[in-house]
Amino acid sequence: MASKGNKRTPLYDFHVELGAKIVAFADYAMPVQYPTGILTEHNHTRDAAGLFDVSHMGQVTIRGADPITALETLVPADIRSLPIGGMRYTMLTNEQGGILDDLIVTRLADGIGVIVNAACKDADLAHLRAQLGSRCDVELDDDRALLALQGPKAAVILDRLVPGVAELSFMTVRAFDVAGSVWRISRSGYTGEDGFEISLPGGEAANFARRLLEQPDVAPIGLGARDSLRLEAGLCLYGHDIDETTTPVEAGLRWTIGKRRRDEANFPGAPVVLAQISQGPKRRRIGIRPDGPAPAREGTVIEEESGKTVGQITSGGFGPAVGGPVAMGYVESSMAEEGCPLGLVVRGKRREAHVIKLPFVPHKYIK
Amino acid sequence: MSDVKFTEEHEWVALDGDIGTVGITDYAQDQLGDVVYVELPAVGAEFTKGEQAAVVESVKAASEIYAPVSGAVVEVNPALSDNPALVNESAMTDGWFFKLRIQEPSEFDELMDETAYATFVEDLD
Repeated sequence: MASKGNKRTPLYDFHVELGAKIVAFADYAMPVQYPTGILTEHNHTRDAAGLFDVSHMGQVTIRGADPITALETLVPADIRSLPIGGMRYTMLTNEQGGILDDLIVTRLADGIGVIVNAACKDADLAHLRAQLGSRCDVELDDDRALLALQGPKAAVILDRLVPGVAELSFMTVRAFDVAGSVWRISRSGYTGEDGFEISLPGGEAANFARRLLEQPDVAPIGLGARDSLRLEAGLCLYGHDIDETTTPVEAGLRWTIGKRRRDEANFPGAPVVLAQISQGPKRRRIGIRPDGPAPAREGTVIEEESGKTVGQITSGGFGPAVGGPVAMGYVESSMAEEGCPLGLVVRGKRREAHVIKLPFVPHKYIK
Repeated sequence: MSDVKFTEEHEWVALDGDIGTVGITDYAQDQLGDVVYVELPAVGAEFTKGEQAAVVESVKAASEIYAPVSGAVVEVNPALSDNPALVNESAMTDGWFFKLRIQEPSEFDELMDETAYATFVEDLD
């Protein structure tokens, strides 16, 4: 991506002070790692608590007459059944059933909150406004920051600073009054660990991040470890594991498609998606464990025994908690069974691997 | 006592007689981050100067390592397969990659010395 990284989050100076290595990501100058390095950051998040700046993501609010019905015209999730404060993972689909972006949708008292990927922010806003603009207001909350605190110690630590957050259940959000300002804190994340995402006014973010770092067991975590953590957790990265050419069914995300929505069959791409649900997709996203120590990166060709190409890796690297290489990719459905042997063509040489059930590291979400 | 020279691709080579020991510099390991895998050449493999001879993989990405001088591989570092992090901990000593029997001493002479390399790295930042 030929991005200059000229946008900054409210925490940019904080990252620089901490000695972060800054890279361009979706037009933002973001910390890829801090001086301790990705492995240490990754393991720290699995063992204690990691603080992430995810302010580059888009925080969108949809308000108006019946925003639920409006948004359901663009996503396959059952939003109507969400209680106020409930969150759901879903995606914007196109008429071919492809994924325009993946989202977290929250039912608020006065509308719908949507968290979108940084790289898709402009396109998503244009899409939402074009499709819903006649009946809803679609606003980007550009002045808010988004922090994530992830890991087994996140709840104890955050509850010390914002009492009450430990009572939140998984995939719910609540507004908290913090010294007169409204913070929206949810029990959610992108690491497979228990944790929280904190939406707060941008001007308050750096101070709060510093207060979190003063707590024992909190370390700052960059995008490098964010990527290895989500990969071990088997979570998709938009633009890599899912995109406009992959459907939710192929991606193993059919659980996100509500039963009522299947019956109504009125989301974009429903004919394609529902046919794949009933007949099975031609290809599937799988977890891949290379048998040797060499990582297999995105773009690696996957072969069957005979040498015929059956798919491609979409995310691949080293899984620190697994202690070896891990990957995800798509293969023809006949090759997607757990344990199925695969060949990976790394630097021109075939290396053995096998299909593994995702996630690589069990999710530790609280019930 | 061996003489150490450096390439613009951040390899170092220490010459002892006609044997050159090759590794990556401390600057390079810091740029790569945590090394998780090193793919080493086969003993006996022959490389010309500038040819890809090894691959070092960090959590983030794979990077190619080039032969700083022409030669045949006489030994590879056996410690790296069990402990690739040696490259981070000790890039200039225990984290060496392979040893070459060099063919053209003039190729070695043309490389940067420590002072020149230090200046080269300074200009990168």
